[in-house]
Amino acid sequence: MSGEFPYLKDDSVVEVQRGPEPGGVGGAYRAFGETLRGLKTTMARLIEGPLTIQYPEEKTPVYPRFRGRHKLHKFEDTGLEKCVGCSLCAAACPADCIRVVAAENIPGDRVSAGERYAAVYEINLSRCIFCGYCEIACPFDAITMGHDYEMADYDRSDLIFTKEMLLAEPIERTPLKAEGE
Amino acid sequence: MLPIADTQFVEATWIMVVKSLVIFGVIFAILPLMTVLERKLIGRFQHRYGPNRVGPYGILQPLADVGKLLSKEAFRPANAIPTLFILGPLLPVLSGVLALAIIPWGDVQDGVGLYGIDVPIGILYFFAVGSIAFYGLLLGGWSSGSKYSLLGAMRGAAQLISYEVAMGLALLGVIMMGGSLSLVDIVHAQGAMWFVIPQFVGFLIFMMAGFAETNRTPFDMPEADAELVQGFMTEYGGMRFGSFLLVEYMEIIVVSGVAAAMFLGGWMGPGPSFLDPIWMLAKMFCLVLLFIWIRATLPRLRYDQLMSLGWKILLPLATLNVLVTAVLVVVT
Repeated sequence: MSGEFPYLKDDSVVEVQRGPEPGGVGGAYRAFGETLRGLKTTMARLIEGPLTIQYPEEKTPVYPRFRGRHKLHKFEDTGLEKCVGCSLCAAACPADCIRVVAAENIPGDRVSAGERYAAVYEINLSRCIFCGYCEIACPFDAITMGHDYEMADYDRSDLIFTKEMLLAEPIERTPLKAEGE
Repeated sequence: MLPIADTQFVEATWIMVVKSLVIFGVIFAILPLMTVLERKLIGRFQHRYGPNRVGPYGILQPLADVGKLLSKEAFRPANAIPTLFILGPLLPVLSGVLALAIIPWGDVQDGVGLYGIDVPIGILYFFAVGSIAFYGLLLGGWSSGSKYSLLGAMRGAAQLISYEVAMGLALLGVIMMGGSLSLVDIVHAQGAMWFVIPQFVGFLIFMMAGFAETNRTPFDMPEADAELVQGFMTEYGGMRFGSFLLVEYMEIIVVSGVAAAMFLGGWMGPGPSFLDPIWMLAKMFCLVLLFIWIRATLPRLRYDQLMSLGWKILLPLATLNVLVTAVLVVVT
């Protein structure tokens, strides 16, 4: 081979592996064997059983860091909201889908732990790109990303989630992947 | 008394009517179940479940399908030929139902033969009637006034001439060993040994030709859903389309029945004689499973590949089989 192509090193030339010519009696014999091999393959698939996940009844488990629908949090002991209405999340949001209107806390009727609280906190989920920057920007871990991804709705205005909806105890409908899965 | 054929013994007319109704009813009860079975099995062959939403385990799926097909408009393209277009799906149904008559479900018991009719020309009847289905296919494809339908119909014609000769020759060996054309006599001749053992080559050739006869993969070129959008069926809708599908499954039953009777010992099996139809059904069921398994496995052959398979391999092999069988039958 190097005689034909002296400029090539021997090991750089790989001879093409060709199968036997199709057709003829030998071809028919091989085709019969290959057919049996194919039948064996499909039968093995039958024995393995279906891999389908029956979606509405079964769901694919997500990873713990999966970024789904947002959640707002309260302090567990005092019941006060963690959000202080600083609007850092809205500033960090690349899709511009968070709207925060802050108000002063009145002593005796506190809403949040800080000086101010979020009077309006809305996330427009039809714009959200689920990047998680709001979660990173938040200095008080008041907003985190949950695991739910079933947010389809019939009306775009229904996709604007208010503070009450985000604060409400989220019904986690999405299974989490087990350790090592 | 029906003087249609020499049935070796005479049956009352009402017995024949009842027999036909029972065979017709049982087969038409099995056909929808076969469609679900096929879809579910093909699903399993592909790591899927198949239909499982309508009724328990999707068993009512054919009801939904038929309901949908019946509620569709019986559309006919403007440039189709009306009478031939309507005749297209009718002829295959006729041929399928007629061919059911000769499948033997059991021996003569209490003066009643457990088969539609035992015609002395037996297997010739199967060929004659079975080929009528292709007239329906050709007429339907040609009269649709669509190029895809015409291509599908032409492929059907080319397919017909490439496998029918080999199919006939494949059965000739069995006919010589059985010494009769009648399916009942052939089953009787298999008391000692099923013909699938001495006639294994014939069995293989017959099954391959049977796949072509029923237009199933790997020989479903007349339909060819991928490149010809269902071929000769392209312009059909509603129950006319449905009857083409129905015929496909009926032909599977007929080919399985003929193969079971000719090669697998028909109704022969252990147990009392009233189990005979069950044994026949069980053998046919195994062959139907083979049809489905093959469909889930093999891709469609090319047009010329089928022709060369039929003429260059199956025909010489079948001829050789006939010659060897003839010599052996004469010698022994």
